[in-house]
Amino acid sequence: MATAETNAHETELTPNTYMQHHLQNLVLGKLPAGYERADGEVLEHETWTLAHSPAESKAMGFWSYNIDTLGWSIFLGMLFCFFFHRVARKSVDGAPSGFHNLIEMCLEFVNKNVKDAFSGTSNVIGPLALTVFIWIVLMNTMDLFPVDVLPLVMQKVSGNPHMYFKVVPTTDPNITFGLSISVFLLIIFYSIKMKGIGGFIGELTLHPFHSKNPLLQAVLIPCNLALEGISLMAKPVSLALRLFGNMYAGELLFLLIAMLGYWQLPFHFIWAVFHILVILLQAFVFMMLTIIYLSMAHEHH
Amino acid sequence: MNFNATLIGQIISFAVFVWFTMKFVWPLLLKQMQDRETKIADGLAAADKGQQALVDAERRRAELVDEGKHHAADIVNQAQKRGDEILEESKSNAKSEAARLIHAAKAEIDRERSQARENLKREVAILALAGAEQILMREVDKNAHNAILAKVSSEL
Repeated sequence: MATAETNAHETELTPNTYMQHHLQNLVLGKLPAGYERADGEVLEHETWTLAHSPAESKAMGFWSYNIDTLGWSIFLGMLFCFFFHRVARKSVDGAPSGFHNLIEMCLEFVNKNVKDAFSGTSNVIGPLALTVFIWIVLMNTMDLFPVDVLPLVMQKVSGNPHMYFKVVPTTDPNITFGLSISVFLLIIFYSIKMKGIGGFIGELTLHPFHSKNPLLQAVLIPCNLALEGISLMAKPVSLALRLFGNMYAGELLFLLIAMLGYWQLPFHFIWAVFHILVILLQAFVFMMLTIIYLSMAHEHH
Repeated sequence: MNFNATLIGQIISFAVFVWFTMKFVWPLLLKQMQDRETKIADGLAAADKGQQALVDAERRRAELVDEGKHHAADIVNQAQKRGDEILEESKSNAKSEAARLIHAAKAEIDRERSQARENLKREVAILALAGAEQILMREVDKNAHNAILAKVSSEL
């Protein structure tokens, strides 16, 4: 397995290896002692290192990090915080400038959607929706960088010509699931906070089938639990997979176009223009669904 | 789909970013915008008020101008009337003054005439006496008398 990977690195670049290389994360993790690495080196001790092949990253197990996507994700999140905080801190007398307007436009847009879709009152939902929207827009926008530019820069900087480097965080399911699981935890938290544990369990077990007869009700409870449980679980899964799927597909198309030679330029342009829609739309959908799910969690039945 | 601890890293960073936004971005920005909103609303209200005040002032000005015009016309009328009155008055004054002066002058003339007459009478008497003296001092000479008498009468 390891030798096969080595060969793949050394052989001529094929469309297959090109694609695989681009879809592989830069993984930081711990390899166990005695592991034979991709270049044939056998580790004497367990070592924290960067994975040099998909097999290595798999061998690192759960406690490894995709430092490329996670790094970009955190960097972009900090960018968002930095710019928004800078604008928020600076009070403007008279007419605000262009960038200030842009930030306020984002805030107003999110605030309007929150007000329209969220029935309760909460001082978490607004900031949450704003963070989700802007952060996802920024992460998706990384897709508009030409697919080879940033990896190439990174390979030159690091001196490793085979370095994996994924720049679009939302094409990593870890990132999208990280977001959707956070939302899911908030859904559960607010459901319990607003309705109590009994109310939350009741919501899961007493709907949609309900009977006055206790015996019949006892039979209906598992059915309700199955239905409601699935619909509850479907929320974070669909949330994460929708975003991931859209961005992954977009990235794949960019990669395919990148293999067209000189013809790629107009196609890249066309697909990038179209992709701008996807970028904004997916961020918007994620934000709206977050608001709606939390609104549902706040509502009593 | 390889799931690894990136998931946890993402959840933690998400929590941190949401906390940061909740603490340092959302309330500040919202307050800033609301402040500006009220400021703009106040400004617009003030502008409306100013507009109303302008309209009021315009009306007041028109009223004042009208009033002033009327006033001025009144004053002019009055002045005209007064002027006419003064003219009439001075005319009549001048007439009466002229009459008085003429009267006085006539009186003066009369007085002077009567005085002159008195003087003349006195001088005639003196001349008559002087004539008589001459006549008495000389011998009676008819011709001489005649001549003297003629002389006296020619001097009257």
